Amino acid sequence: MTPASEHFTPLQRVLHWIMAVCILAMLFIGVGMVSTVMPKYLALVSIHKSLGIAILALALIRLAVRLRYGAPALPMDLPEPMKLAAVLSHYALYALMIAMPLIGWAMMSAADYPIVVFGGWRLPPILPQSDSLHSLLWNSHYYLAFAFFALVLLHIAAALYHALVRRDGVFESMASVSTDHEAVQPAE
Amino acid sequence: MPDFQRSLPYGSLALIAVIIGAGAAAFAYTAGWFSPQRLTPNKMVAAFAPPGGPDLGHRRNHAKGICFTGTFDSNGAGVELSKAAVFAKGQYPVLGRFNLATASAHADDATVRVRGLGIQFSTPDGQVWRSAMIDAPFFTVSTPKAFYGLLLASRSKDPDAMKTFIAANPEFANFVAWAKSAPWTGSYAEEPYNSLDSFVMTNRDGVEHVVRWSLVPEAKVVPISEDELKKRGPNFLEQEITQRVAAAPQHWTLVVTVADAGDPTADPAKAWPADRRKVEVGTLTVQKIEAERNGPCRDINFDPTVLPTGITTSDDPFPAARSSVYAKSYDLRTAEAKDYPRTAPGAKP
Repeated sequence: MTPASEHFTPLQRVLHWIMAVCILAMLFIGVGMVSTVMPKYLALVSIHKSLGIAILALALIRLAVRLRYGAPALPMDLPEPMKLAAVLSHYALYALMIAMPLIGWAMMSAADYPIVVFGGWRLPPILPQSDSLHSLLWNSHYYLAFAFFALVLLHIAAALYHALVRRDGVFESMASVSTDHEAVQPAE
Repeated sequence: MPDFQRSLPYGSLALIAVIIGAGAAAFAYTAGWFSPQRLTPNKMVAAFAPPGGPDLGHRRNHAKGICFTGTFDSNGAGVELSKAAVFAKGQYPVLGRFNLATASAHADDATVRVRGLGIQFSTPDGQVWRSAMIDAPFFTVSTPKAFYGLLLASRSKDPDAMKTFIAANPEFANFVAWAKSAPWTGSYAEEPYNSLDSFVMTNRDGVEHVVRWSLVPEAKVVPISEDELKKRGPNFLEQEITQRVAAAPQHWTLVVTVADAGDPTADPAKAWPADRRKVEVGTLTVQKIEAERNGPCRDINFDPTVLPTGITTSDDPFPAARSSVYAKSYDLRTAEAKDYPRTAPGAKP
């Protein structure tokens, strides 16, 4: 059940901030690598693939943790449209964190490219070669990446709005460094 | 509840706007939107396009080609250089593509000076090695940027464009000299194919060597004149290789050339001295030719950075550039598959 804590659990906070760094790096590497022909292209693509698989694994762990521990309730006085935006944007963030690596993996598979991550670990293809699927997945990966970045900016804007304007504790629920353990010891 | 109508915190809102704006600007900068001079794969691919536009559904360069399948019989000598499974003594399946270095899928064979071969070796460990080679003994220019300049100059309306280009990139004169003097042949089977780019091979003991490789034909080279070639028809190379392989498998020896310290490993426009150590590592046998439209090579991007464990890229800047540009070409042509439809029954969409 969702505990009535003011903070996310320490595990959730650690996962959030590690993934925040990974996802921002991922999005910047993505747009950077597809716009260069310099030798760094190969290094960027290699990092992009490995980081993508790392994000997929972290996102699945995070989803399980979220389902187990829930999230602090939003402030009672938060206007309904904002509450709705908060809920929907978090569904979208989770969906993208899980879908983007899978789309990338599927896209590489549909192009019959070997998928080598972490310096030598070869992933199996998850689709057969297909021109039409490759195009569909490539377009999805490309446009969803921009949607993802826009959503990340919106998320940061909302977090800062809570921190600087509303000062309602929502920002601190994720940003606090306290080892508040209320949430990991649900009253059962 | 605070009354936001009357006490809007302009300072905080402005700070948020600045942070978000800076984030968006950094992203746009990374994507190259503020850097029109950046050489992107899109620009490079666009520069290949002939005046009438690209041949949709086809590779953006080396657009005309025909598929082959066969085997690679490794003699085991390559184990000394690389731990890649393909060098262990044994026979491995290969597929590939003979091609012409032209952006037009319908070019007359006699009009294209450079011929190429793309190849994929597969080994039982699930790894593949792809290479795309050409028959010239060295590349046109020393850097990807210069190559882009060459594409622009060759399409330029300025009559002095090529002269200006050669003045700035004198190595191109060597290539022109080769193109003018090297004999033409009447068959894909009579051509050598060279990696030109250098790569690093690592053996089981971790010892590294910088290498280039070549496929040296077994077929007797019969030089023919350019005029004679023109008389043979626009597609004679594909007809000839189809008949020739149907009559008998065709062979090439895979030769790995090892650089000495100080050789120009980063510059494919510079040949290495002829006395460099050469290791014959096995024999390519081409057994079957198939048209590209429904053939097994169609789906393959012969990206030269698709390498097995035991081979990596070197300080040569071209493989990275080729990888990025080939990927763009692949993305474009697969999206245009309807413009180059497959015809076999049960063909993939």
